[in-house]
Order: sequence, then structure tokens, then C-alpha cells
Amino acid sequence: MGIFSGYSGLRVIAEGLTGNKGWKPVWRDPAPKDSYDAIIIGGGGHGLATAFYLAKNHGMTNIAVLEKGYLGSGNIGRNTTIVRANYFLPGNSEFYSHSLKLWEGLEAELNYNVMHSQRGIINLFHSDGQRDAAARRGNAMVNQGDDAVLLDRPRLRRMLPYLDFDNARFPVMGGLYHARGGTARHDAVAWGYARGADMRGVDLIQNCEVTGIDIHAGRVTGVQTTRGPIRAGKVGMVTAGRSGQTAAMAGMRLPVESHVLQAFVTEGLKPAIDHVVTFGMGHFYISQSDKGGLVFGGDIDMYASYAQRGNLPAVEHVMEAGMALMPMIGRARVLRSWGGIMDMTPDGSPIIDKTPIEGLFVDCGWNYGGFKAVPASGWCMAHLMATGESHEVARRFRLNRFETGHLLDEEGTGSQHNLH
Amino acid sequence: MRITCPHCGERDRREFYYSGAEDYLHRPGEGAEPAAWDAYLHLRDNPAGVTRDLWHHSLGCGAWLVVTRNTVTHAVLGVETVEKEQDQ
Ligand SMILES: Cc1cc2nc3c(=O)[nH]c(=O)nc-3n(C[C@H](O)[C@H](O)[C@H](O)COP(=O)(O)OP(=O)(O)OC[C@H]3O[C@@H](n4cnc5c(N)ncnc54)[C@H](O)[C@@H]3O)c2cc1C
Ligand SMILES: [Zn+2]
Repeated sequence: MGIFSGYSGLRVIAEGLTGNKGWKPVWRDPAPKDSYDAIIIGGGGHGLATAFYLAKNHGMTNIAVLEKGYLGSGNIGRNTTIVRANYFLPGNSEFYSHSLKLWEGLEAELNYNVMHSQRGIINLFHSDGQRDAAARRGNAMVNQGDDAVLLDRPRLRRMLPYLDFDNARFPVMGGLYHARGGTARHDAVAWGYARGADMRGVDLIQNCEVTGIDIHAGRVTGVQTTRGPIRAGKVGMVTAGRSGQTAAMAGMRLPVESHVLQAFVTEGLKPAIDHVVTFGMGHFYISQSDKGGLVFGGDIDMYASYAQRGNLPAVEHVMEAGMALMPMIGRARVLRSWGGIMDMTPDGSPIIDKTPIEGLFVDCGWNYGGFKAVPASGWCMAHLMATGESHEVARRFRLNRFETGHLLDEEGTGSQHNLH
Repeated sequence: MRITCPHCGERDRREFYYSGAEDYLHRPGEGAEPAAWDAYLHLRDNPAGVTRDLWHHSLGCGAWLVVTRNTVTHAVLGVETVEKEQDQ
């Protein structure tokens, strides 16, 4: 890529000196063709990454992403952008480890600034039992080849002096520090993958809702859309919170219940919170965006919902938890809150698998942790769609694991969809 | 959101614990196939629209309720006790 086609500091200077006339739309806006080798339903992070890696790793370029709204209009543009690899269970651990390594090379790979910031994540603990659990998790992370440090109270106090360490109910006793964790610019991840896929010939088709999935003799043959029928021998369903409806078009019921998760941002402030901090006992986590806003959230609203907006009890709960942990934020004004629809599974872990219908694949069940998974999910879904085999780091994300009992219940909370 | 408990009247959402879809009312019999347990515990219609789910009036009278709701608008369309549902 030369100075005048890719993105670079030099290009910014050159464009600046010539009136910024050389910037072009970042992707084409093609009309759908009659047929493709493969179709991906859903232009969120996972669908776009799948398309990118199908083209890049497997040379499949006669493919299309069908998006009912605009690219990045779903959860990929609504999340709180935390990227981490601090999982415990075999199955999850290697997958998120792979994903974090892809994140670390993503900007070079895409020639796109996704503002990946490895500012470090600290999960707090408040009891001896929780410290033991944190130590055990940290050891599993180190065994996986990732990083983890158990912080005692004095060291944590130097890093996060603003916490209410002596909170009466949940005194802060220390934290598990994952230095390679952090945040990224969520929209940029969608845009970077979209641009990379488009450059390799993938058709990104917006305002194109899939309304039916065509199946003949147990094989998928194409889809019906609001822009007409499109044929394809391979179809990937990558629709996150809407996975239940998409699967229903193929006559399937998924182990998924959709729930709303809210998030909040304050007015811009000077740098105050340097890390991502999570307060599991209060259901609260926070980071500070590059614009200065405090970005924070908590748990889901807890009942099935497609509303993309939440209810007030969850708002109150998050604010209370934030005030309990770091009273200094109390005078910051909240500017906005919003909600996104989460595809919750009964064990809290995702699905990347074939379906009983030949040529039809599913990638879903990301719960509230699917942003960090975008690179590896795209990588593994592309591998599955191209080769017909599960990728080795995603081999436990099976659709039938609930029936066979091979659950991946990271938090050990049991098989109720809203408990993860 | 407010839910009208048949015993206690209209109450704040915070008095209620959400358990899940009404599928939990259809527990398979002893010796049922794994597929039946899978359908009971895990698989869901997950509709965008009218749904029926189970709520416990945990900070009120303690009754288990079947609530008919719209998952897109959050409107509550009807509430019945599980006991009454099962009598029908
Ligand atoms: C408030 C909030 C905070 C979060 N915080 C984090 C976090 O800090 N870290 C983290 O890892 N994860 C986080 N998540 C989770 C993460 O955002 C999601 O798991 C992830 O974005 C889901 O995958 P996606 O990007 O592909 O989804 P989406 O962007 O939702 O993509 C799915 C797309 O499918 C399209 N679609 C649906 N049906 C059809 C159809 N019939 N035809 C065509 N197109 C269709 C939708 O329009 C949508 O664009 C958070 C989520 C929310 C809501
Ligand atoms: Zn009651």
C-alpha cells in the first residue's frame, strides 16, 4: 500500500497540504448479486471479521455480508470496548488467548487505527475466598501463556488511590492485574474489518434484511432478503442478539435468550482512571475513554428483552455500585445511557458450529463479552465455513454441548440464561 | 416496569425475581430423553414480541407468576399465578 492508497501519518500530512481532496469512501456500496459462494448474515463485528478472514486466510472473495441496517449498527457500536484474555476453563482460555494475540497485531493487519489501548485490567477482590479464586484464575492465565499479577492491598492502593478501600460491606483487599487487557475503539473495529473485506472483493450489502433461509433436502441453497433472493451454498448466521429469529427462519431453536445490557458515559473529564477496573461484588466496571468520558456499566437488566433500552432499577444499581467503590465520581454528570441486546446462553459461553442443515453455520451466544472475541470469532468462523472443520481453539464451542452435558460454565452459575 | 401481582396488586419490578421462559413449567418426566431435558433447560423460542415468562414475587407474597409481556416494548399484558395456570 502506497502513501496515497493506505492510511499513514505521511498520508495525513500530504492530504492536509492538498486540501484533503484525496479521501475516498472507505467501502463500495454494491447491489446484491444473484449468487455468491458464501453469505454472512449480520454486519456486526463478528460478521465483518468472518468475511475478512474468509477472504484473507481462505481466498474466498465471492462472498457477501448482508446487514439489515448499516454496518456497525448493532452491539459492535454499543459496547464498552473491554478487551481481555482472563478466562479459566479449557475451551475458553485458548480461544480468548488467540483473540488477544490477534488484537495485538490488528492495526498493522488492517492498516487501520482501532485505538487498541493495553492499559491493563484490574479485577478487585474483597475476601480471602475471592483472593484464592483470583490466584487460581491468574495461574490458569499464566499457564495459557498470558499475563496475570496478583496485587496486594498496598500495591493496589498505589495504582488506584481513589478506591474506597475500607468500604464497610466490601473492603478492597487486592486485585488481579492483567496488563495486556484494555480497550479499543469499537466502531473502528467494524470499520477496519469492513474496509479490509471490501478491499479483497467482499460485497458489503447494507439495508438488506434476511427474511428467509432457503433449504432443500436438508441443504441450504440461499436466502430471501428485502432486496430479493440470493443464492449461496454456504450461509453463516452471525446476528448476535437476533440469533433466535435468524435460526427460526431455518426451523431451529437455539439455546439462547436475549437480554438487554445498559452502559453509561459521563461528560469529558481530565485523565483520572488509567485502567479498566471491575467490581464484581457490586456489578460495576469502568474505564475512561480517550475523549475523557467515564464509560461504565454493570449487569444485564435480567429479563428477556429486545428493547435496546433498559429500565431504571438497573441504572440505580450501577450508580450505587459506582459510588460505593469510587465516591470521587459522584459529581461527574452522566451524559448518555443506552442498551444493547445480548445473546445469552445457558453456560455463558458462545457457539461457533455447523448446524444440522448442510452448509448452514452459526456463530452466536456471545453474552456480554463478544467484543474482545471479534478477531478470533471471525478467524474461527471463517475456518469452519471454508474447511467444514472446527478450528482447534474453538472446538468446544459446539451447538449440541448442552444436550451432551459438555457445558463451559466459566462462572459456575448454572444453566439459567440470565445468570452469566 | 411494573407488574400486577394477582394477590398484591401493581408493584415495582424490583420486588420480582425473573427466572426465565415458561418452558420451565414443562419439566420432562423421569426417564425422558436427553433431547427433552435440553429443550426444557436450554432451547428457547426467544421471541421479539409477546412472550410468557416466570417471575417470583420474592419481596412480596412469594407467589410464582406467569407474566405475558412484550419483549420489544416492555408492556405487561397479563399476569396469572402458576397455580391457576396449571389448574386450567
Ligand atoms: C452495553 C454493552 C456493553 C458491552 N461491553 C462489552 C465489553 O466491554 N467487552 C466485550 O467483549 N463485549 C462487550 N459487549 C458485548 C459485545 O458488544 C457483543 O457480544 C458483540 O458486539 C456481538 O457481536 P456483533 O458485533 O457481531 O453483534 P452486532 O453488532 O449486534 O451484529 C449483529 C448484526 O446482525 C444484524 N442482523 C440481525 N438480524 C439480521 C437479519 N435478519 N438480516 C440482516 N442482518 C441482521 C444486526 O442489524 C447487527 O448489525 C457489550 C455489549 C453491550 C450492549
Ligand atoms: Zn404478590
